[in-house]
Amino acid sequence: MRRSLEDPIFRYVAFSAATLLLVVLSGLIVSLAIGSWPALSKFGPAFLFSSNWDPANEVFGAAGPIVGTLLSSFLALAFALPIALGIAIFLTQFCPPAIAQPIAIMSELLAGIPSIVYGMWGLFVFAPWFSEHIQTPLSGLGGIFAGVPNGANIFTASVILAIMILPYMAAVFRELFRSIPPQVREAAFGMGATPLEAVTRVLIPYVKKGMVGATMLGFGRALGETMAVTFIIGNSHGFPTSLFSSGSTLASTIANEFAEAGVMHTSALLGLGLVLFLITFGVLAIARWLLSSQRY
Amino acid sequence: MVSWWAEANFGMLRKFLALVLLTALAACSQGDKPATAVSGAGATFPATIYSRWAEGYRRDVGVSFNYQAMGSGAGVKQIQKKTVDFGASDKPLKPEVLDKYGLYQFPTVMGGVVPIVNVKGVAQGQMKLTGAVLGDIFLGKVKTWNDPAIVALNPGLALPATPITVVHRADGSGTTFLFTTYLASQNPQWASDVGASDAVKWPTGLGGKGNDGVAAFVGRIDGTIGYVEFAYAEKSDASYALLQNGAGQYPVPGSASFGAAAASADWEHAPGNYLLLLNQPGQNAWPITGATFIIIYKEQYSPARGLAVLKFFDWAYSNGDEAANELHFVPMPPEVKAMVRKQWTQITADGKPLYVPAQP
Repeated sequence: MRRSLEDPIFRYVAFSAATLLLVVLSGLIVSLAIGSWPALSKFGPAFLFSSNWDPANEVFGAAGPIVGTLLSSFLALAFALPIALGIAIFLTQFCPPAIAQPIAIMSELLAGIPSIVYGMWGLFVFAPWFSEHIQTPLSGLGGIFAGVPNGANIFTASVILAIMILPYMAAVFRELFRSIPPQVREAAFGMGATPLEAVTRVLIPYVKKGMVGATMLGFGRALGETMAVTFIIGNSHGFPTSLFSSGSTLASTIANEFAEAGVMHTSALLGLGLVLFLITFGVLAIARWLLSSQRY
Repeated sequence: MVSWWAEANFGMLRKFLALVLLTALAACSQGDKPATAVSGAGATFPATIYSRWAEGYRRDVGVSFNYQAMGSGAGVKQIQKKTVDFGASDKPLKPEVLDKYGLYQFPTVMGGVVPIVNVKGVAQGQMKLTGAVLGDIFLGKVKTWNDPAIVALNPGLALPATPITVVHRADGSGTTFLFTTYLASQNPQWASDVGASDAVKWPTGLGGKGNDGVAAFVGRIDGTIGYVEFAYAEKSDASYALLQNGAGQYPVPGSASFGAAAASADWEHAPGNYLLLLNQPGQNAWPITGATFIIIYKEQYSPARGLAVLKFFDWAYSNGDEAANELHFVPMPPEVKAMVRKQWTQITADGKPLYVPAQP
């Protein structure tokens, strides 16, 4: 008797937990769409393609923050991916166990530091250093290095983002490598593979699926990261003209302006939220598709 | 992927939950006292003085006063939604807006906005600027520190060829409202291209969050210019620049020059207490001075709380001047305080005046 009740209840609890998530998700997207409708209907496609963001005259075009978000996140991923891979490979393949554990714990501690701390470090330490030693010498070159050398730009924001997503990616990569049965690695060496060949030809392909997923999650974190980026990206809404120009991201713009926004401005900021939501959704969908299209 | 994390942290998680529970219990037991607190939200600029006053009021009267510094715009929004007992804003509401919502505003203290610079070889108060040149710098027309326009105002100052980085507020702000309104009054191109608001489309430069953010950028990065509330300029590593006032003088920013700007302010003839103190006449008047305002409902929906708000500010008018001076704010002159106290009798609950101050 008791058993016969227990199971259906358990099933319903699990079912409602799962549906609750769906309801919350769809509620989020619907409320974002409703909230941003005044701005979206007023500005139309210009909301996405114009970079004229003018709160005083209530004209809003989000191209600057959209490009800033994508650019800074892609750059962060480009910096973080090889380093995370290197850390994971070293820790699981070459590192003596005595120091592997401390290094692993330290990289996990990095992941626990609040993002505002990274932001402050970026602003107070990294930006002035970067401005003096890298940006000033390079600024004469123009092109993608053009810009007033003040250290607060898309490039430095990407470096900070890379540091932030690095520990997460490294930790997941390390676990992936550890999940490979030792026989696989031994077999590779048994076939006469060098360590380089064993890693690139056998071990990485073995965990490729998980790596794509972890990378995409890291990218997702970079897309939505707010505080650290707000500190260092420069918060200007123009279309970024070079790597060293100030920019803004969707999340940083929302965080900066929400408190003081008027009616249309609030609607435009909700529109930014919707765009960010859709971009993140798209990234996850692509990750899913990449994962499902890989067969061994 | 998840299991390694769960295993490693489960013990820690349990300890953490226990800690959270204990803290929550402790908080609950403290919260049993009768709720007499007054709550308000708004401008960040007067937050330091309000919290100092709150401290004194709690000591003297035993009523606590909670103020959330969320920004002027947020303060206005919160009072319109009636989620707080009062709103606070550096940007006064126009009389017609007050009438529309049945609101009333009064000034509490005054302060000044100052330009701050970080230029090698330029010390505190050495650089002199006019409103027109400041506008050209913020428009991006004046690009380097040795531009003839700046050199002409500063004979004898060795200015480097460093490019100018403009630093402005990234968030909307009453400070920005005062600053851009001043620029618009001094620089015609600023007025036509950019305008005056609590957030504008900045032609150039980068944004810092809050007064602290701007002060931090200017303090750390060579060749920058920004604008902050005077109290933040004092704390910052950057040095303030002097601004030419309407009388052609370069007063030193501080209580004296902010007070001089306030001296000739005509509050009596300002409907709804809507008054900006920019470019006031006077040899020693600081050109970017402004008051900060408290906004409450004329007809109080919660008489007890409305009364508590008025009593607090009555106490602050009587006892708060010393603290204001210490924090580089300028107290309202006695005749303005008397005028405001008289206006308080217009605040009603159930059709009757809510509070009649002891000293008119």
